[in-house]
Amino acid sequence: MTIATDDAPSTTSKLNEERASGIAAVSQSRGDDLIGRSVTINRPRDELFAYWRDFSNLPSFMDNVEQVDILSNTTSHWVVKAPAGRTVEWDAIITEEKAGELIAWTSAENADVPNSGRIEFRDAGARGTIVTATIAYDPPAGVVGKVIAKLFQREPAIQARRDLRRFKQLMETGEIATAAWTQKQRDEEKA
Amino acid sequence: MRALTWHDKHDVRVDTVDDPEILNPRDAIIKITSTAICGSDLHLYDGYIPTMQAGDILGHEFMGEVVETGPKSTLQKGQRVVVPFTIACGSCYHCGKHQYSACDNGNPADNQDIGQEMYGQPMSGLFGYSHLTGGYAGGQAEYVRVPFSDVGPIVVPDGLEDDEVLFLSDILPTGWQAAENADIEPGDTVAVWGCGPVGLFAVQSAFLMGAHRVIAIDHFPHRLELAKKFGAETINFEQSKTYEALMEMTGGIGPDAVIDAVGLEAHGFFVDNVIDQIKASLFLGTDRTHSIRQAIHACRKGGRVSMPAVYGGFVDKFPLGAFMEKGLTLKTGQTSVQHYMPALLHAIVEGKIDTTFLISHRMSLEDAPKGYKMFHDNQNEVTKIVLKPGFAVAAQ
Ligand SMILES: NC(=O)c1ccc[n+]([C@@H]2O[C@H](COP(=O)([O-])OP(=O)(O)OC[C@H]3O[C@@H](n4cnc5c(N)ncnc54)[C@H](O)[C@@H]3O)[C@@H](O)[C@H]2O)c1
Ligand SMILES: [Zn+2]
Ligand SMILES: [Zn+2]
Repeated sequence: MTIATDDAPSTTSKLNEERASGIAAVSQSRGDDLIGRSVTINRPRDELFAYWRDFSNLPSFMDNVEQVDILSNTTSHWVVKAPAGRTVEWDAIITEEKAGELIAWTSAENADVPNSGRIEFRDAGARGTIVTATIAYDPPAGVVGKVIAKLFQREPAIQARRDLRRFKQLMETGEIATAAWTQKQRDEEKA
Repeated sequence: MRALTWHDKHDVRVDTVDDPEILNPRDAIIKITSTAICGSDLHLYDGYIPTMQAGDILGHEFMGEVVETGPKSTLQKGQRVVVPFTIACGSCYHCGKHQYSACDNGNPADNQDIGQEMYGQPMSGLFGYSHLTGGYAGGQAEYVRVPFSDVGPIVVPDGLEDDEVLFLSDILPTGWQAAENADIEPGDTVAVWGCGPVGLFAVQSAFLMGAHRVIAIDHFPHRLELAKKFGAETINFEQSKTYEALMEMTGGIGPDAVIDAVGLEAHGFFVDNVIDQIKASLFLGTDRTHSIRQAIHACRKGGRVSMPAVYGGFVDKFPLGAFMEKGLTLKTGQTSVQHYMPALLHAIVEGKIDTTFLISHRMSLEDAPKGYKMFHDNQNEVTKIVLKPGFAVAAQ
């Protein structure tokens, strides 16, 4: 087995074994593909954690997420956009939580798209907070699955990066940047 | 509203499009009173900048009257403002360092992917300047939506004409930043390639920063004449050999600082320039970089290179050896306009900087396509065109 000897995160590794160990490290991992993204946000760690921890806030900056319903302190129900006007759904369970630092989740059995991940918040001194999302996910099988897989595989890493950028915009500026100049154009962009 | 839209290379039109609306809390809507065509717009006109889409509204040098404000805007209806061409949030790390053109948040999240792939990190949004920099509608229009209106636009004091302050939006701060990036020391000789608006403001700024001599280089007699008016010595590269002339004029030393205010469409029948043009036409390279090569070649040992000129892609034959061996320093970048606006407004009020000398033509917004063609075809006489939506259309 080849394990990298450098300090780079496993999400950026060229070595399959190293990536596999990264997937295993995601709490109760479900999924066989791994993406990781970090963004630095010029706001205090606790403020960012608190906004994220209220999952009903997430659709405000995650473009693919239509709705998140809070079921209990550790469970929530997710409705996520899929191609051709369809949606996919799952329940998510929080598997680990450290106030101000970390939230890890995994999808419950029978999720349309099994997934798990962690979101971490680290102090970055005068630059604010480094927020890192690590997500393992498993595109579903079958015909419908293929379509959904296409959506999720299209560029899940790019999607994650965009979501984190929008989170940063919202936290730093109080709004999400748009180049639209009419409400109609903006609605079309979101659809 | 009416707006100047890009359709293809050398095809711009005035179309009727939807009026802009307030979309975010910090937005304002500005009714345009004056808007200029920039040398940078010619790069779009000539099809050099990727990611343009048919129907994009151009224009990044504009000012006007506030007609609508979002709940978090600090502007008031009726105020006259000049708007910086860089769209910056004022609250990210880079804005905190006044590196406004590197703002993390001015560019919409989806559009940042292009800059991330091309340049490694996405830059701020710009008005009317392709989807690489946000895809924002520009100000060559009757109205424009201005994001982050609480940090960008500067309110114009009563008693100043549009024409006196309009260039605070881009080219005056750009010429100033170009001179600042040249780290001028008293007694220095500064050479400026290009006597367009940016070069001419760099000439004025270099003198204000203590340059002893400024040598301006171009091939348009009228533009060189303007540089002379501000005290520069001139080299017409069609009549004289630029490098040889610079060496002789500086006693064999070379200029202490060099400023490239030409950009990716350098003119002239020089071997490297012709090769660049052939490569561009074959899509083997993107930028024509004769002026920056020559500037690096002429610069004195240990000197400074300032590059306000815009480049977009890759270049060949960059004189990296000369750059390294001579120990040069290069500073460049889109201008952090917001950083310079207040002090430069003050300099205009005090009469330290002349701005209106530059304007050669004023015309109606409806005549904008004609203006683009004139500016493109006759750079000698056409130094700057200001479009006024309120103006009568010229008789044909
Ligand atoms: N950094 C920024 O934020 C910023 C802002 C505005 C403009 N710009 C860029 O600055 C550059 C100049 O802008 P402008 O509005 O003055 O443009 P312009 O086209 O009006 O002027 C360019 C001048 O360079 C001259 N020139 C061409 N080839 C030359 C050569 N080989 N040697 C010497 N001179 C030569 C031309 O004759 C012309 O007078 C452009 O690249 C523009 O995109 C940058
Ligand atoms: Zn400009
Ligand atoms: Zn910013």
